[in-house]
Amino acid sequence: MLRRAAILLLFTAAAMTASGADDPNQQCIGTLGVADVDVNNLASLQKGARNFVNYCLGCHSLGFMRWNRVAEDLHLSEEQLEQSLIFTGSKVHDYIKSPMPRGDATDWFGRAPPDLTLITRSKGPDYVFRYLKGFYRDDSPARPTGVNNLIFDGASMPAVLADLQGVQALVTHAIIDPKTGKTKQKVCDKIVLEQPGRMSPAEFDVFVHDTVNFLTYIGEPVRAERQSMGVVVVLFLAVFTVFAYLLKKEYWKDVH
Amino acid sequence: MAGETYTQPAGGRWARIGAWIDARLPVSKFYKAQLLDYYAPKNFNIWYFFGSLALVVLVLQLATGIWLTMFYKPDGVIDGEGFSGAFRSVEYIMREVSGGWLIRYLHSTGASAFFLVVYLHMLRGLMYGSYKKPRELLWIVGVLVYFALMAEAFFGYVLPWGNMSYWGAQVIVNLFGAIPWIGPDLIDWIRGDYSIADATLNRFFALHVVAVPLILLALVVVHLWALRTVGSNNPDGIEIKEKKGSDGKPLDGIPFHPYYTVKDVFGVGIFGIVFASIVFFMPTLAGLFLELPNFEPANPLSTPEHIAPVWYFTPYYAILRAVPDKLSGALLMGLAVFAFAFLPWLDRSPVKSMRYRSKVWLYALTAFVIAFCGLGYLGMKPAQGTYVIMARILGAVYFLFFLAMPIYTRNERTRPLPERLTYHA
Repeated sequence: MLRRAAILLLFTAAAMTASGADDPNQQCIGTLGVADVDVNNLASLQKGARNFVNYCLGCHSLGFMRWNRVAEDLHLSEEQLEQSLIFTGSKVHDYIKSPMPRGDATDWFGRAPPDLTLITRSKGPDYVFRYLKGFYRDDSPARPTGVNNLIFDGASMPAVLADLQGVQALVTHAIIDPKTGKTKQKVCDKIVLEQPGRMSPAEFDVFVHDTVNFLTYIGEPVRAERQSMGVVVVLFLAVFTVFAYLLKKEYWKDVH
Repeated sequence: MAGETYTQPAGGRWARIGAWIDARLPVSKFYKAQLLDYYAPKNFNIWYFFGSLALVVLVLQLATGIWLTMFYKPDGVIDGEGFSGAFRSVEYIMREVSGGWLIRYLHSTGASAFFLVVYLHMLRGLMYGSYKKPRELLWIVGVLVYFALMAEAFFGYVLPWGNMSYWGAQVIVNLFGAIPWIGPDLIDWIRGDYSIADATLNRFFALHVVAVPLILLALVVVHLWALRTVGSNNPDGIEIKEKKGSDGKPLDGIPFHPYYTVKDVFGVGIFGIVFASIVFFMPTLAGLFLELPNFEPANPLSTPEHIAPVWYFTPYYAILRAVPDKLSGALLMGLAVFAFAFLPWLDRSPVKSMRYRSKVWLYALTAFVIAFCGLGYLGMKPAQGTYVIMARILGAVYFLFFLAMPIYTRNERTRPLPERLTYHA
């Protein structure tokens, strides 16, 4: 009896790990790919910084990060920094702030564009990657920007990168509510590129990858240093533990 | 040299300094009594590492905590950009304070590590009956340490003033509102404002860095004091003091120092490897040790999709949410924690260690561990549908373990105890 109860409990525990709700658009979202970040790829980070300055900084700040810290970590000189990245009139030691006034931004978009310093930490790099690739045409009157986003329905951000990516549209099928006979929900079958942009899909993927890679670095600038320091610390502790074990063995020889 | 009558005290300069101190404060006597003359059973297994590890983590938390306090600002006022001084100061520590990121990760990982070793330490107590006579007070003081630790962790979790900090504080403080009559006034008094606000953060900071650590330290001292009085239990659950040699020392005991100090150093090494791997390679542990929504600043206007505490509170959180009525849920949650304190009297078995106890006990303990872990998992999930039903089932198992214990342990068929400890060198 008790044995059976224990087995039942084990099964309950196993069943719990298997269940969980899924986004109906999961299939389409999956085709958007993953960020596959590598904060040790300096060239990618530098290109990401350029992308951010050109396409994001107009509206979004990185308010916890200083310009010269970025330059130092990305191996750029202060001249390079001032000539090719800082277009906002900031000093090199300033925080990376968008020139757009917050009050106006709230009027224009309904909500001021968020600071992106920690976006990859709170949402994860894959979310940002898919968000940037997930804009599609949505002509419904509820969408003042003319677009919507696959993983953030009702996003107030316009399709800033449409010039590069082109215009995407969704092929959907409707789920009918059996009780009312009305459409309950539209589910995405696939994403199609209606109108190509200046970049090929592969080029655009690299563009978004570099940008997300840069934002991942911004989210935790110490990430690369942390990992390389970790190797040394863990190796040291491993050697220490071996000696601690030998010492213990030596002392315990006379315990019978 | 002939004729000189000067007598030098025995030993060298250090021995003389030692003697000078001992005449005024018996330091070496204390050291001898606590480490050299403290005899511990020689058959401690892996489960006996977690007590000393808890002490190591406590010291780590105090040291890193002091350094974090030097840079952290308990300022909960949200500015025009949507950030508070507290949130900004944490990012300042992570980015601009030299080594600040390391100290912060050590502290945040240390919080989870503390609970992990304490839970394993408590499970050890359940497995080998360490709460039974004569260790009842030792166990109860341990349960109080656990309470203090929970309070400490909760207040600390609020300090970064992220969105989960804010809403977590909201949920926990609102529980007091369920108390009849005084509830609504009580939560105003706790918060110091009409909502979770700057005043709340300030007082939680005071509690986290001064009040609770003092209580925690005092309780740990009493816990060790009680341990030194009754002596350690062991995996066989028999008293080594009952079999003494002609020298008056337990036959199955060995001096704590050097045997267990060197062994514990090895334990610290293994623990350090695991701990450092998390700190340096996965400091958030995929959102388990540092919850991802807490990287968003506190926002009273934006409730997170689902509010969940950090993993070490989720078993109790699952129990709280499994009950439809808020007051009953809160009471049951409190009872779930408090139940541990009654173990010495709930368990009627004359035998301590599960090695010599019945299968019934073994199954009950297994069911309890599964229920605890299962509730922990459910507490991280949204409170809906099957999750709530499963939480009710596992919650019932959790409480049955305690409530039915006097019954299923009363006439337990136990096996004969060994005369001496089982130990294989």
